[in-house]
Amino acid sequence: MGERFGDIGAVRAALAAAGYLADDAIATTVYLAEALAKPVLVEGPAGTGKTELAKSVAAMTGARLIRLQCYEGLDESRALYEWDYRKQLLHIQAGTTAAGGDGDDVEDELFSERFLLSRPLLEAIRSPDAVVLLVDEVDRLEAETEALLLEVLSDYQVSIPELGTVVATRIPLVFLTSNNTRELSEALKRRCLFLPLDYPDLERERAIVMAKVPGITERLAEQVARVVRSLRALDLHKPPSVSETLDWARTLVLLSIDHVDLDRARDTLPLLLKHRADLAKATKSLSAGGID
Amino acid sequence: MLAALAGFVDELRALGMAVSLSEHLDAAEALTHVPLDDRDAFKAALATTLVKQAGHRSAFDTVFDVWFSLGLAEAVGDGSPDDEAGAGSGNSDAGGDDLARRLDEALASGDPAALAELARTAVTRHAGLRADRRLGTGSFELYQTLRQLDLDGALARLARASFGEDDGDDFDPLAARLAREERGERATRLRSEIESEIRRRLVAEQGALAMAQVLRRPLPADIELVHASRDELAELRRCLAPLARALAARLARRRRHRRRGRLDVRATVRHSLSSGGVPVEPRFRRPQVAKPEIWVVADVSGSVAAFARFTLALVHAISGQFSAVRSFVFVDGVDEVSCLFEGADDLDTAVRRINAEAEVVAGEGHSDYGAALGAFWVRYGTDVGPRTTVLVLGDARSNYHPAEPWAVAELARAARHVYWLNPEPRAYWDSGDSVMGEYAPHCDGVFECRNLRQLGRFVEVLT
Repeated sequence: MGERFGDIGAVRAALAAAGYLADDAIATTVYLAEALAKPVLVEGPAGTGKTELAKSVAAMTGARLIRLQCYEGLDESRALYEWDYRKQLLHIQAGTTAAGGDGDDVEDELFSERFLLSRPLLEAIRSPDAVVLLVDEVDRLEAETEALLLEVLSDYQVSIPELGTVVATRIPLVFLTSNNTRELSEALKRRCLFLPLDYPDLERERAIVMAKVPGITERLAEQVARVVRSLRALDLHKPPSVSETLDWARTLVLLSIDHVDLDRARDTLPLLLKHRADLAKATKSLSAGGID
Repeated sequence: MLAALAGFVDELRALGMAVSLSEHLDAAEALTHVPLDDRDAFKAALATTLVKQAGHRSAFDTVFDVWFSLGLAEAVGDGSPDDEAGAGSGNSDAGGDDLARRLDEALASGDPAALAELARTAVTRHAGLRADRRLGTGSFELYQTLRQLDLDGALARLARASFGEDDGDDFDPLAARLAREERGERATRLRSEIESEIRRRLVAEQGALAMAQVLRRPLPADIELVHASRDELAELRRCLAPLARALAARLARRRRHRRRGRLDVRATVRHSLSSGGVPVEPRFRRPQVAKPEIWVVADVSGSVAAFARFTLALVHAISGQFSAVRSFVFVDGVDEVSCLFEGADDLDTAVRRINAEAEVVAGEGHSDYGAALGAFWVRYGTDVGPRTTVLVLGDARSNYHPAEPWAVAELARAARHVYWLNPEPRAYWDSGDSVMGEYAPHCDGVFECRNLRQLGRFVEVLT
């Protein structure tokens, strides 16, 4: 399977072409995910491009993206498959009114593909085309529900008691994202490659701004990245994420500001910081010139 | 290669990281897919298969440095620096100037390759690594190199230079600030480059296994709160916020799913319409679960102050999970400090205010559990109700004052629960002036709480 991606450099180039600037760790992990046929668990603070990575990989391979958004109370019937009981009820009623219906026939028909509703996990397994499966915010699941994922993630199959086991025809690339609000189970982690995503370093953030914000000058992009890095070094409740950096850069371009100085930075800070306490702290620190 | 990997995995396990057999196999398989001469890819492949917790990454980096540095050191390090060392001893003055100039350039440009190259040269020239030295962590050599290199001097020089530039028509404090911070960051980078370069040479000399053993450090969650060094405390503080967030999320979730409420007939009937009047899915009301009220009573005398600080910070960070949080601190007197936490948005401010404002010393200023707990019961005992959970934090070392266990007994009778958290290892309890045994029978639970891992586990038990 490794030949689909060539080598690590090729992964990085292809991701860049899809609009995602990968660093070494990201490119290597994506390459290995394909080579070892293993899911990738992407973990990091909000707004560091976890979901975007899965989307970009889908775009780069031309695969369909199937997304399972996790939430508390997600269960089998929403994640794997469900029997369409309303249709089944109608079918039974139709069967009994049309006289002479054989009871066994009706029962066999009830649990056939006709009444099976595929949910994202089963759909990803059954798809004949290339698929990227994104299991978003897996840390929101309860620990017990996590077990739902295990069979899919390790064997790429789904067992349906009434029908048998559905095995994947093409192994999908799987990305799980987590904001680390809780420790995921060892069983889940063991089956995945682990990719911690932190805020990008100065150089990469500048490149991201250059790539994503049309019409920005190199100088402004550099300044934007430097100011954001400086803000992240403060002890904030919620440091500015990459998407907020991009919002800020776009705003600066819209306002045709080509040079960020102290006043302009202070005026536009609310685009980067969304907590009042953070805002006050950053304003104070910037005004003091960082000399504490 | 496989043997080296096995040794590496063993070392990670010795550090306390749970690396399973299947992860070990994954790593081995991953290595067949990456080019072995690409060090970054090699490291990334190992990290992604073996390290499954972001907090373990720095420990992994250290072990990786030690374990897989040898090949690189031989390939890159041996040739040129030795030559330079020879030349440097001939005319050391010229060499020193040259190094200082290169230091300025590297700090100004921030070019990683230049920084790494500089680190190699500096270590060769200044670290004074000798073959007959005894086994060490390399911290002395690091100190030696940094002193000779005069990093602070270089930073000051650069600051002056940039100040001169900006002094002209448009001086921008923001630009100055950014430049200063970035120089600082590069200096830190250089420092860690030098550190790993020294390690690399020590490994070449003494072997990876010996070096790994010397450098073995506990993972952040396992650092003893009472004996933590300043660096370790800083690391712990970084771990505290994620831990609090994780605990809060888990507690909230558990409370919501503790049990199902009563059957909601109206909603069930309404929903059954979609299945032709057959109530296929019953609906339930959401249960109302009362949140507990938490009182923290912490000993803040010198010996256990760090522990008290962390626990107070943790409890306040997840205060949303409790209907009320009140905190009290004591040494030999007791005072309420709840209000000091409310205005403060971080731990340091709160602690500073506690130190300045709380009146905790009634007598001589040594811990006196009997007097403090007695005073606590007399002053605040009437507020303790059946929904109050009281946490007492301290090592129960009462300096041979009377223990007065009646205060805890009264407290336990009035409160819902009384838990005692002791930062000392269980084996030390009741030795010397510790009176843990006198309080323990009156508490609903006594827990050993030496590190963040145990603290987190306790908070989970709490609700």
